[in-house]
Amino acid sequence: MASAYEGVDFYDISAQLSEEERAVRDTVRAWVDEKLMPVINEAYIEGRFPRQLVPEMAELGFFGANLPEEYGCAGLNNVAYGLIMQELERGDSGVRSFASVQGALVMYPIYAFGSEEQKKHWLPKLASGELIGCFGLTEPDYGSNPAGMITTAKETASGWVLNGAKMWITNGSTADVAIVWAKTGAIDDTKSIRGFIVPTKTKGFSARDQKGKLSLRASDTSELVLQNVEVGKDALLPESGGVKSPLMCLTQARYGIAWGALGAAMGCYAEALAYAKQRVMFGKPIGGYQLQQARLAEMLTEITKGQLLVLHLGRLKDQGAMRPQQVSLAKRNNVNVACEVAREARRLLGANGILVEYSAMRHMANLESVYTYEGTHDMHTLILGEDVTGLAAFE
Amino acid sequence: MKIAVCIKRVPDTETRVKIAGDGVSIDEAGVKFILNPYDEFAVEEALQRRGEPGEVVVVTLGTDAAAETIRTALAMGADRGVLLKVDRIPADALAIAKALAAELKDGGYDLVLFGKIAVDDYNHSVGVMTAELLGMPCISAAVKLTVDGRRLTVEREVEGGIEVDECELPAVITCDKGLNTPRYPALKGIMAAKKKPIETKPAALPAARVTVRSLALPPERKEGRIVGEGAAAVPELVRLLRQEAKAF
Repeated sequence: MASAYEGVDFYDISAQLSEEERAVRDTVRAWVDEKLMPVINEAYIEGRFPRQLVPEMAELGFFGANLPEEYGCAGLNNVAYGLIMQELERGDSGVRSFASVQGALVMYPIYAFGSEEQKKHWLPKLASGELIGCFGLTEPDYGSNPAGMITTAKETASGWVLNGAKMWITNGSTADVAIVWAKTGAIDDTKSIRGFIVPTKTKGFSARDQKGKLSLRASDTSELVLQNVEVGKDALLPESGGVKSPLMCLTQARYGIAWGALGAAMGCYAEALAYAKQRVMFGKPIGGYQLQQARLAEMLTEITKGQLLVLHLGRLKDQGAMRPQQVSLAKRNNVNVACEVAREARRLLGANGILVEYSAMRHMANLESVYTYEGTHDMHTLILGEDVTGLAAFE
Repeated sequence: MKIAVCIKRVPDTETRVKIAGDGVSIDEAGVKFILNPYDEFAVEEALQRRGEPGEVVVVTLGTDAAAETIRTALAMGADRGVLLKVDRIPADALAIAKALAAELKDGGYDLVLFGKIAVDDYNHSVGVMTAELLGMPCISAAVKLTVDGRRLTVEREVEGGIEVDECELPAVITCDKGLNTPRYPALKGIMAAKKKPIETKPAALPAARVTVRSLALPPERKEGRIVGEGAAAVPELVRLLRQEAKAF
């Protein structure tokens, strides 16, 4: 399979990948070239998620790809999973977000905290794209502080009744099922936070599109309202308990984001490099001027460092040795790098850089969301600060 | 149906190749290799025609590295692979065809598929030569296949139109662009491919009678020229196209 986009690999990091890992990357890369790139600009301008792509993404195994085959998933290692995110986000952060949510925030909690029955029921349908999921943790007043949530779940004779509101929920309006986090005890009892599998057609559940987004326009972002939503006993994820459970999901998603953001950066760099070699000003290509070379050298350096970071992180994850704080470092660094690379690429492209025909400004706008979601850049700074000093600065 | 697909590992068509120090081969350092794009059509067609019971066997002549290319076809869904190992792929198409025919002749295949050309050497030869050596009918550059019992109907794009050919199975078909849309190797397929068998054996390769004497890159394209702007520039452009570029 030939792809016009060859990635960015200054240190021949491909040679450190196994044959399967490269094959996975190449499948996703070719799919992005042939199926996503031709439709993404229009979807972005129109502000809609290109939902028509979901069946093929599912068929190729993009959802929950690092979960076991017995549940209909591809059973890949975490490096291959990261490469999927990298290539998807080279296309668009919104499309990568869709896959992140479906896999790391919906399928993973069912896999990690669900009963065998729940896993057998939900995972194959989510892997096959028959069902779309969303993850309800963040609330209007509780973003960086999810433990403060005020959504409640009261146990009844037949099951649970959920009340509350969730904000900034990717896939919220498209989802068939939501993983909703709620307090089952007193409002200050963070240990009582449990996860629930809530079909979105349940009475009292509603989702409203978040309007006016200037970022992640090709992604569905919604507010969820749960008003006396009654679910059965089997909606509870039995192994979930405390704020640690949703944070474990976020670690999975952030791991993918650290790879994904780099994909966006690689796409921007490749676009900028091609443009610099071809755009002639004052009689020679702008790539021949020192200012643009400095831009390119800086982008390439940061991308290469980020690539080594996530590859090693992936190997640690596969060994079972990865710590959440290490994920924070990678998410913080790589998304920040991607933001800078996208902005510099946009500038290198001159006036053309503001057009949707070039990817840089779309990535640049998208990455501002990625910088803010899944633990803001600032929160990851504080997580690292706490980890190295033993002193929490955010409580 | 039991179908053999003969495939080749070739440099990615997007790769800018460099000529190696020996002057007769390309420098493989840093070059990405892929399944020959025309062979992708052959693999896809085989997978669609396999049926039940059926088997798709991919066969390649190549170095150890060609096992990766076989696994690409296995990841797409082929059942098993055969690697006819050589230290270097010879330039003599007939030598390759003989080695492939020796492997295929007792295989009991209903259909043998090839890509119509390998994009690295543009030989167009191995498929049709193999058919001759197997004593099978051969139709080249197929854009549509229809199987009805043992009768095979094949459409080919010929200059200015479509030619429809017929033959009996077993047959050798070489596949052209337009025959189908090859599937991507799905991620589950990539994992499954690791468990599928690849038989490796030395190729029964006769002495080559054709060798490459030299390789050269095409001359660099000259820089473009802007002859003027707007309608006023048209006469000069037409004159240059006619006299210099000899475009018409």
